[in-house]
Amino acid sequence: MNVKRFANVDNNILQLLAVTALVFATMSILEPGKFLRYYNFESIFYTFPELGILSIAMMISMLTGGIDLSVVGVANLSGILAGVFFVNLTKGQTLSPEAMLLYVLAGILLALSVGIMAGAINGFLITKLRITPILATMGTAQLFTGICLVISGGPAIVGFPAYWAFIGNGKVLGVAFPLVIFVFVAAGVAFLLGRTLIGVNLMLIGANPKAAVFAGIRTARMVFVSYLLTGVLASIAGIILSGRANAAKSDYGASYLLQAVLISVLGGTNPAGGFGSVLGVTIAVIALMLLSSGFQIMRFSNHLIDFIWGAFLLLIMVVNYYNNTKRQNQ
Amino acid sequence: MAEPFLELRNIHKHFSGVHALNDVSLSIRPGEIHCLAGENGSGKSTLIKVIAGVYPPDSGTIEINGKSFAKLTPIESLEQGIQVIYQDFSLFRNLTVAENLALNSQLREGRKLVNWKQVRRIAREALDRLGIDIDLSAELDSLPVSGKQLVAIAKALMFDARMIIMDEPTTALTGREVDRLFSIVRAIQCQNIAVLFVSHKMREMLEISERITIIRNGLKVAEGPTSEFNESTITTYMTGREHTCQRFTFTPPPAGTPPRLEVENLGVPGKLSGISFSLAPGEIVGVTGLLGSGRTCLALSLFGLTPKHTGRVLIDGRPVPLTSIQEAIAAGIAYVPEDRLTEGLFLSQSINRNLLAAVFERISRFLVIDKAQNDSLARSMILDLQIATPSGKNPVSSLSGGNQQRVVLGRWLLTNARLLVLNGPTVGVDVGSKAEIHAMVRALALEHGLGVVMISDDLPELVQNANRILVMHRGRLVSEIEAARTDEDALSDLLKTLA
Repeated sequence: MNVKRFANVDNNILQLLAVTALVFATMSILEPGKFLRYYNFESIFYTFPELGILSIAMMISMLTGGIDLSVVGVANLSGILAGVFFVNLTKGQTLSPEAMLLYVLAGILLALSVGIMAGAINGFLITKLRITPILATMGTAQLFTGICLVISGGPAIVGFPAYWAFIGNGKVLGVAFPLVIFVFVAAGVAFLLGRTLIGVNLMLIGANPKAAVFAGIRTARMVFVSYLLTGVLASIAGIILSGRANAAKSDYGASYLLQAVLISVLGGTNPAGGFGSVLGVTIAVIALMLLSSGFQIMRFSNHLIDFIWGAFLLLIMVVNYYNNTKRQNQ
Repeated sequence: MAEPFLELRNIHKHFSGVHALNDVSLSIRPGEIHCLAGENGSGKSTLIKVIAGVYPPDSGTIEINGKSFAKLTPIESLEQGIQVIYQDFSLFRNLTVAENLALNSQLREGRKLVNWKQVRRIAREALDRLGIDIDLSAELDSLPVSGKQLVAIAKALMFDARMIIMDEPTTALTGREVDRLFSIVRAIQCQNIAVLFVSHKMREMLEISERITIIRNGLKVAEGPTSEFNESTITTYMTGREHTCQRFTFTPPPAGTPPRLEVENLGVPGKLSGISFSLAPGEIVGVTGLLGSGRTCLALSLFGLTPKHTGRVLIDGRPVPLTSIQEAIAAGIAYVPEDRLTEGLFLSQSINRNLLAAVFERISRFLVIDKAQNDSLARSMILDLQIATPSGKNPVSSLSGGNQQRVVLGRWLLTNARLLVLNGPTVGVDVGSKAEIHAMVRALALEHGLGVVMISDDLPELVQNANRILVMHRGRLVSEIEAARTDEDALSDLLKTLA
């Protein structure tokens, strides 16, 4: 039983790895000249962290059987508020690099506090007013996107300082800076889920909320913290996103929302709560990024790429479903 | 002797390697009250489903009313007048009584619009057949379990039933409701309708049924008129073991030891008032009462779930505030809820996590769980309680019911609980595991000096395991009885006077 269970958990990861390898091999064979170029992978390293972090955020909200549909709204609001901050403070001034660095740090703090505030609002609605997570966060998603529109007036906000652009485009010791951020975030969340009170309690709450109450777990507080965390991760994704584009707009990353939900589930997260793994989500993101970059290289139409992406996600979930039912029948 | 209504011969049924029914034969005459007994997992439910046409048997014959069926379908079973009342009653909880009773026949007539007058008439007639009176416009969910059950029975009788199968019908009923159910069952019998009563409660089987069939591990082990059985023979047949039932003996601690629990004038507005009692270390006190007597409210108050209570609670002579579960746990109070599967266990999680769920906060520093302590505590508890598993990392769902119960108790031993509040500790547990659970609770009281408050409907359980029994009624304690000086009949009479 023990060995079997262990194999089952790993099955999910193994299956994802196999899919990733398959995608990689197929693309390498079809377009060896372009797909296997270093440049291609480098571009993936720059683009996947924002989606990866959003997916990890989504996974955290799903641990307790909830969901956070406001992550993209929070990401954009963080970027836009930071942008407005820079535009208004640095207007017509030439600043020394040191002062600029301070401004950028302040901007990061501002963006992160947007995430905390947004997470607190979601957490309050869900734990205190007991609104179903999907409805509460759908509402706040509209709210945050609305604020974005009011502040920016529609067009993208430009005029970010160079340091901000470095967050999205720079390199540290030859490694893409967004990738560095992603590695730290992923390692931090993995530790949090596996080894800390918050992570373990979230899994227990997700597995059985009633039993969690009777075991003396402070469920409301823990769920609240999980939405704070989701909000902060969303704002980190927003910083990378606006840094990479060197601009912030209310409808950036709109397609990321459903992708983040699907990747999270694809990575083995149980949408009913109780299980989720950073490793699974990470592999799932990478698999999808390889897939879409391959298609771009093959010059598939963008619309077709969306279609294939959706079909791929559904396919994996259907396979999972059959694997699970087979396992249950055994 | 009348021709049998239902005749099953040599039924076999396999489920992926498990021989769920092994050569089982069963014969029921019209108007007979027949009891099907067996532990959980013995094949009772499979047999019911074979009769209902849900599972086709692998081999064997089914004869209903002299007509033989090789493969019975659910529709055919219904057409032959077989009605099954499952434990969940299969009713619509959000509809009214009248709608539940009449909608099927309205649908059958293929109506596009609902005739409400007719709905009420049909429903009224159905209830009148049983001679019962239930508010037709009441929403089903607002009825007590016994009321829902009556609606289910009335509904079953509407379709020219010849045999009604009741799956564990008395599980959630109080003594008086069981009596009412039995008189209805007898009334059904007078209409020449057979009743197959599925149960594992000995007293009820002996009281109601004319014939008993007992199955164990898919085999029929005994069959005969009820007069040939008594409680201990039934138990032996069901479990395949002899059970000795020794009463719990409590040795009071030396004089001067403060009581483990003292409750002084505890009250919860509208639910409890003036509750005072105490119990010594190592003592098991039973609490019983009809449903709605406030016994569950008492348990929840002791566990900090009624922040707005009055009165005082002392543990080992020290008053403890009980306004949250966390305070109750810190004070050494543990609560094992009625339904372990939905309220006690985290089924998908590991045994270790289930054991440590209540102490993660204590073994964490700056939110980081101390891994060494985590592993050693879980390992020692698995050894202490003899939980049968190769590894604590296995999911708790891989354990048997008895072992799962150990995990729930182990969780509270890890919090250094001094008072254990058990709510219905053996509800829905089969006879074998029940004895195991009782032995474990007694051992905790004797060896660890835990005080135990055992809330239960099961009077034999209280008489056997408790040292004193408190009876509650309408939120008050109405009587306190030494378990040694009473038996279940006396207790049951006392409860009847309260009803």
